[in-house]
Amino acid sequence: MSTAFDCDKVPLVQAELDGELDAAAAAALAAHRADCPVCRAATAELARARRLVADARESGLYHRMPDDFRRRLTAQINLARGQDPSLPRQPQRGGWAASWSGRWRGGAIGFGLGAACAAALAFLVVVPRGPDITGQIIAGHIRALQPGHLEDVASSDQHTVKPWFDGRIDFAPPVKDLAADRFPLKGGRLDYIGGRPVAALVYQRDKHLIDLYVWPEAGDSTAPPESAAQHGYNIVHWVAGGMALWAVSDVEAGQLREFVEDWRRSP
Amino acid sequence: MLPHLNAAYNLARWLMRDSTAAEDVVQEAVLRALTYFAGFRGVNPRAWLLQIVRNAAYSSRQLDRGAQFVPIGEAGEDGAMPADQLASEADDPEAALIRRRGERQVRELIAALPVELREPLVLRELEELSYKEIADITGTPIGTVMSRLYRARRLLAQEAAASEAR
Repeated sequence: MSTAFDCDKVPLVQAELDGELDAAAAAALAAHRADCPVCRAATAELARARRLVADARESGLYHRMPDDFRRRLTAQINLARGQDPSLPRQPQRGGWAASWSGRWRGGAIGFGLGAACAAALAFLVVVPRGPDITGQIIAGHIRALQPGHLEDVASSDQHTVKPWFDGRIDFAPPVKDLAADRFPLKGGRLDYIGGRPVAALVYQRDKHLIDLYVWPEAGDSTAPPESAAQHGYNIVHWVAGGMALWAVSDVEAGQLREFVEDWRRSP
Repeated sequence: MLPHLNAAYNLARWLMRDSTAAEDVVQEAVLRALTYFAGFRGVNPRAWLLQIVRNAAYSSRQLDRGAQFVPIGEAGEDGAMPADQLASEADDPEAALIRRRGERQVRELIAALPVELREPLVLRELEELSYKEIADITGTPIGTVMSRLYRARRLLAQEAAASEAR
C-alpha cells in the first residue's frame, strides 16, 4: 500500500478537518482546492471517515473503564500512595486560570473610563484607510462563516479563549464574555488582516455571528466608534487600550452598535 | 491520574483488542505512573499517562493478539480487502446489511486496522488529541502521525463505501 500523498497538499486537507490549520493557511488551501481534484476527493473521503467515527462514537466506540476494574484499581492506587507519603493524594489543579482573571481585571480598568459615556456617543462613518482594511475585514468574516473556519478555539469561557492566543500572536487581546448582554462568546481564531496576524473573537446574537477583530494600534481612545455598511455587512471600528477593534456582522446596524456599547461598557 | 483512567483504559482496550489484556496493561501502567509521578513536571498529565499505557501495551506479549480480525490494509492491493469476511456468512442478507452499517461495522473496521494505524486514529478521534500530543505519545514524527492517520481514515471510508455498495 502506498503511503505517499497523491498531492502534497492532502496533509493540509486533513489538518484543516482536524482543526490544526490557521485561517491564513486554510484560505490558501481553499484557493488550491478549487483547481485540484485530488484535494477535493480527499476532502470528501476524509470528511466521510470522520463522520463514520463521529456517528458511532456515542454508541459504544469509546471503551470506558468497567466499574469493577475501576474499584480494584483505585484500591491499589490508594494502597500504593499509603505506602509512599511523597505521592500526591489529590490530582493537582492549576491556578493560572484564576491568576489570569486577576490580571485581566487590572487591564480592563482603562476601558471602564471611556465606556461611561458610551451610550451618548455618535457613530461616525468609517474613514477609508490603508489598503482597504474594511474590505479585508469583511472578506475575513465571510471566509470564517464557511464550515470549519469559524473558531480555532471554541469556548464560551474568556479564560480559555484569552490564554489560547498566548504564543500564537505577539499581543494579548482583551477577551470579554457578554452572555449577560445576550452576546455570548463562542470562541476565537487567528486571522490575517492588513499584512499581520490578528485575533478574531467570535460572538453570537441569536442566529447571527459577530466577529471582533483585534490588533495593537496606537490611536485616540476617546474618539467615538465609526460605523459603515458594505455588501450587506455592518462594521463598527474603535480604538481602546492601544488596540484597534473592528466588529463585523450581518446583524442589523442597531444591534451591532448595541454589541459595541455593551462591549465597551463591560469591565 | 484518576481523571484519566477512562482514557487509559480506552487506549489499552483498542491496542490490545481484549478486555482482560487491557486491564493488565492499565494496571501495569498505573503502577509505573505512580512510581514516576514524583518526577512528573509536564503540563499534560493525560498525555503522560497515555504514553505510559502505550509503552506498557507495546511491551506486552499480547499486544494485538486479541480478537482475531481480518486485517485491513494488508490484504489485496492499495488497501482493498474482502470486507464481507467481517460479517458471518451465516447471517441472513437483511440482518447482515443492517449489521454492516452503523457503529458495529465501524468498530470492527477500526479493530481490523493494523495497530500502527489504529493507534493514531483512536488517539485523534476518541481522545481528540492534537497531532503534537499523538506524536509525543507514540514517539513518532508528526509527519508520520499525519500519514498514518490519513491511511487509517482512507481505509475506513473505502471499506464503508464498499460494503454499502454490496
